[in-house]
Amino acid sequence: MTDPTGASVDGQSESVSRLASVGLTCPAPTGDTDRVLLGHGSGGKLSATLLKSRFLPRFGNEVLERLGDAAVVGIASGEIAVSTDSFVVSPLEFPGGNIGHLAVHGTVNDLAMMGAHPQYLSAGFILEEGLRFEVLDRVLDAMAQAAREAGVLVVTGDTKVVERGKADGMFINTTGIGSLDPEFRPGPQRARAGDAVIVSGPIGRHGVAIMAAREDLRFEVEVRSDTACLAPLVRLLREACGPAVHALRDPTRGGMASALNEIAAASSVGVTLDEGALPIPEAVRAACEMLGLDPLYVANEGILVAIVAPEAADDAVQAMRQTPTGASAARIGTVTAERPGLVLLRTGLGAARVVDMLPGDQLPRIC
Amino acid sequence: MKYLSEYRDPVLARSLVERILATATRPRVLMEVCGGQTHTIVRQGLQELLKDAVDMIHGPGCPVCVTPLEQIDRALHLAARPEVIFTSFGDMLRVPGSDCDLLQVRARGGEVRVVYSPLDALDLARRNPDREVVFFAVGFETTAPANAMAVWRARELGVSNFSVLVSHVTVPPAIRAILDAPDNRVEAFLAAGHVCTVMGWKEYEPLAAEYGVPIVVTGFEPVDILEGIYMAVRQLEDGRAEVENQYARSVRRAGNEPAQELVGKVFRLVDRAWRGIGAIPASGLGLREEFGAFDAEKKFDLHGIRTAESSECMAGDVLRGRIKPFECPAFGTVCTPERPLGAPMVSSEGACAAYYNYARYEAEPAGGPA
Repeated sequence: MTDPTGASVDGQSESVSRLASVGLTCPAPTGDTDRVLLGHGSGGKLSATLLKSRFLPRFGNEVLERLGDAAVVGIASGEIAVSTDSFVVSPLEFPGGNIGHLAVHGTVNDLAMMGAHPQYLSAGFILEEGLRFEVLDRVLDAMAQAAREAGVLVVTGDTKVVERGKADGMFINTTGIGSLDPEFRPGPQRARAGDAVIVSGPIGRHGVAIMAAREDLRFEVEVRSDTACLAPLVRLLREACGPAVHALRDPTRGGMASALNEIAAASSVGVTLDEGALPIPEAVRAACEMLGLDPLYVANEGILVAIVAPEAADDAVQAMRQTPTGASAARIGTVTAERPGLVLLRTGLGAARVVDMLPGDQLPRIC
Repeated sequence: MKYLSEYRDPVLARSLVERILATATRPRVLMEVCGGQTHTIVRQGLQELLKDAVDMIHGPGCPVCVTPLEQIDRALHLAARPEVIFTSFGDMLRVPGSDCDLLQVRARGGEVRVVYSPLDALDLARRNPDREVVFFAVGFETTAPANAMAVWRARELGVSNFSVLVSHVTVPPAIRAILDAPDNRVEAFLAAGHVCTVMGWKEYEPLAAEYGVPIVVTGFEPVDILEGIYMAVRQLEDGRAEVENQYARSVRRAGNEPAQELVGKVFRLVDRAWRGIGAIPASGLGLREEFGAFDAEKKFDLHGIRTAESSECMAGDVLRGRIKPFECPAFGTVCTPERPLGAPMVSSEGACAAYYNYARYEAEPAGGPA
């Protein structure tokens, strides 16, 4: 059992080592601590050491290494897309990934959903005093790897340390900049009646993985987070279908239901889903049954939903299936002119029900 | 998924729909008692499929909905106390009290935690000996055994900082109250499968005989419910009034006797107010005297809490099956899942929320949502 900072919570050894690490026995900051101290956020020597020993080697690139007050980057002329997102997931590490993967994928994917080509990231870290370096290192490794795979450079950053108990181990904020192609501008307001609704992969994995890790539920089949960079998938879609791709959305918080409701509202169209076509993994289905959750509202971090002109639907599915993240891409529904703003699900019995936005957190059912 | 997918089989379900339509010689009025069944009926659109043969009235079997306002307000009061860790099933967190809900209490600094089992709340008490852990023990006979077990274990282990705020209710007195109402239209009942898993169906036999109503113990999946409806309609057409068991894979006539025994040791029958319905004699469970030390109502001073029900909410008429949720003027306008006036708009098992979430478009005038 570990607490949010990754520290052992059992017994005396922990409190003793903590006393030592916060420096009660020695007034001078120590260089060989195994966890984050308040001094690491002081802007002094400890901060510099943290930056040089942990951050720069992983994210190192020409722009970042200049260490100016701001990064100076080049970008193609025309419009750019900017997106920011904060990451506060608990636990920090979960089956399939950690907060570092999410911090890169989340922002990069938001840019990709606008049709942008993600290029640069900023990264702000709020670390909790006592966070173990081994955890921080794993998170930074994950971020560096995710950034490399996504083809983005981390060009500026910031680190603050807050007192123990003031953050859940660590919070990360990332802001991304991407260049835009005037020929490829999907947007939530561009869905048209008759368009196909296509999902790139299995639904509900991230949310269930987090719930299972948080509640310490042990399922026979482990559900792993789907966290992944969606930019390559969007590139394939763009090559295959171009402007026939009307809208893209990554159904993160609030799940598929919220993503589709947002598109239905923004475009003043209805959406009808076919229950039988929804790719919901058996393990997700079982976990949701147990927890009283609806997979349509569970968060995803590695799938996208595409609204595509009907004549391009098959090409879009085929294009996505060329990558591992899109291997199980499938058409799940249709955009309609009827009932604008409403998402309907056709059940296996032939009846229909409304799939609404979530009023708040999805709370477990009582019985 | 074993024991699940076969009860959602569309082919089987459609053949049952056809049999029901062919059997009913006139539209029949049935009540499903349990909120879980309401949820399936509305979510799967079963009403739409059966509308020529059956009018389903949604019964008072959502524990969240019938928990009286007084108890909700007591819960809010307890949760706001600095020494208390208040624990509850997730559904109860958004139930409106007189002026706020548990989520708002949490936002203001109260410690409110969602647990999946009362035994988790007991564990929490053992791990936090300097705090008072209170569990909100609501529900029908289904949740009573686990709650009884938590209290029993607390006494065994000598955990003195654990108590329960009890608001248990039982099904048979509610069925009797519905049948006694002068304007009752219900011709047959689907009894709640999980309640009967614990209690069996012996206590329903006198009801069926005395009032001449068929009662079918029914499960929760679409095929279960359609089969339960089919059995009830067939009884009505045959002129029979018996207790039948559709949910045979889970329910025996005698029920779960060790569970009943434990419930009997910890709880006793008490009069209980049902939110929206009123007081029903001997319809609830309260802690026995000897477990008074674990009774939050005795442990904390809960007098002088003022309660005020929304004047616009027609939850009582919905819970008694007098109106459908969308016939309430507040439905979907001033009362929504985001800002519920009454409990049935909160719980996923509440009739109002089920209609709002899954069937709203039926109730709306042509041309789309308001």
